Amino acid sequence: MTAAVVREPVADRLRWAVADAFAVAGRDVAHWRRQPVAVLVNALFPVLLLLMFTYLLGGGMVVPGGGGYRDFLVPGMLALAMVFGVEATMTAVVTDTARGITDRFRSLPMAPSAVVAGRCLADMASSVLGLLVLVTAALAIGWRPAGLVPSLAAIGLLLLLRLAFLWIGIYLGLLARDPSAVMAVQILVWPFAFLSNAFVAASAMPGWLAVLAEWNPVAGTVTAVRDLFGAPVGSGGGWATEHAALLAVVWPVVLTAVFAALSVRRFQALSR
Amino acid sequence: MADAISVTGLVKRYGEKVVLDGVDLRVASGRVCALLGPNGAGKTTAVRVLTTLIRPDGGRVEVAGVDVVRRPREVRRRIGLIGQQPAVDDVLSARENLVLFGRLHHLGGPGARRRAEELLEQVGLAGTGAQPVRQFSGGMRRRLDIAAGLVLAPQVLFLDEPTTGLDPAGRRDVWDAVRDLVARGTSVLLTTQYLEEAEQLADDVCVLDGGRVVASGSPRELAAAIGGDRLELVVGDPLRAAEAAAIAGRAAAGPPAREPDGGGERVVVPVQRRPGVVGAVVRALDEAGIAVDDVVLRPTTLDEAYLWITGHDRTAAEVPA
Repeated sequence: MTAAVVREPVADRLRWAVADAFAVAGRDVAHWRRQPVAVLVNALFPVLLLLMFTYLLGGGMVVPGGGGYRDFLVPGMLALAMVFGVEATMTAVVTDTARGITDRFRSLPMAPSAVVAGRCLADMASSVLGLLVLVTAALAIGWRPAGLVPSLAAIGLLLLLRLAFLWIGIYLGLLARDPSAVMAVQILVWPFAFLSNAFVAASAMPGWLAVLAEWNPVAGTVTAVRDLFGAPVGSGGGWATEHAALLAVVWPVVLTAVFAALSVRRFQALSR
Repeated sequence: MADAISVTGLVKRYGEKVVLDGVDLRVASGRVCALLGPNGAGKTTAVRVLTTLIRPDGGRVEVAGVDVVRRPREVRRRIGLIGQQPAVDDVLSARENLVLFGRLHHLGGPGARRRAEELLEQVGLAGTGAQPVRQFSGGMRRRLDIAAGLVLAPQVLFLDEPTTGLDPAGRRDVWDAVRDLVARGTSVLLTTQYLEEAEQLADDVCVLDGGRVVASGSPRELAAAIGGDRLELVVGDPLRAAEAAAIAGRAAAGPPAREPDGGGERVVVPVQRRPGVVGAVVRALDEAGIAVDDVVLRPTTLDEAYLWITGHDRTAAEVPA
């Protein structure tokens, strides 16, 4: 005897997929409530960097196109905060897989997509929170953005960058078998961050390094966000700097597409 | 009513390595089946196929009458899975965990909260439902894990080594929880390393070795099939134990085994024909002048049967169920 099979209409399945994703994301929100200190430490780390670079190193920095180092640094720090999110995403994914929670989700009659969609929602929400904290800190030390509409556009570009690094994090989390693998990413993220225009203008670097820094997937976002917040971006950059706004969209979109596809394949491979 | 589990010719390969090599398994509705086998026998792989986590490479697998390859989602609605490690969120409370799993079973907010309370009551965690799970003992964590597998009152429950790493009290907790479920009509497939667990809980035992079923039947049948009874003697003088073992082996017509027992030695002989064997062995030892402190004729344990099956005979020893 075969049990009767109920076919759900597509609209119902879609509705449940969204509800399931929110239920999975809700778990993270409950974590924040139970571990407010951990949330605070995570949000304050970029603030600490901002203060250190502004006050300890900023005095020795010469910014192309004039203007103060603080105004140059804030957009760079905001973009790097999005990049650092890769560690949180990867940690969450690899921990759930190692502890059998991913398998438990997969054995439930929920939408399979909700496992990663929930991760996306939760991490985007936490990034919005992180941006809010960092912007508040920047405002507190005297940074002032140019206007509301360009500022909102800048926030949009930053979140788009976060989305790209979110999918990189999901992919790396599915790839790693052990939570200790996150350490490697935590270390590698630093040369990646310094090899960009976040802390220092690419034009101040030796030729070939400047090219790498300009083409760093973060660089387009950094330059475009600087421009939108009204900080001088200087001149004399290469093609990549001239077309920063374009790259600020193209880089994250391409990275998201590639790593989302890789992640889906990796997720399906769990069934093999 | 459909069988709880019906598996025919299940094959699972990883590259060159054949993990499951044509497994046949049937668990009737309402029964408890224990899957036994050494490490690497394929127990966990079989459970993962049955619970839709991995796809088989061959064979037919139905759980609660539903094909796991063609209708995985339907299967997921009818099963509960309790894996080797408690898959619950450490940071959340027991109640928050169960509400989350209830929502993911599409019970809705109020429904999930109601079900969480029922489940906490059922596994005896009602008083500690608000505590974060990381403060729980191993046994409590396991009970919560089991509760999380029961959200939809599953028809078939899978437990993969549910008591590994638990202290005796925790083990007793889990056994009680499983017996309670069986009383409510749930069918259970459990894998275990502990034969005592199989004897305590299972109606049927299935021994897996090298990706094949090498024996199946009730614990008693399995034990009986490999040589009925055992005669145990305790010989007070260890210097004469070897001689005693040889004499007893001849008298009972079975290969003797020896192990130290207090000051003396214990000799265990499989018995082929029960009538008259005790007298024959004691007489023979008496004639040789060997003092016997104790004599027991007892059924073969599942432990002995299991060692014999997985250690000696790798061809299927099918026992009529």
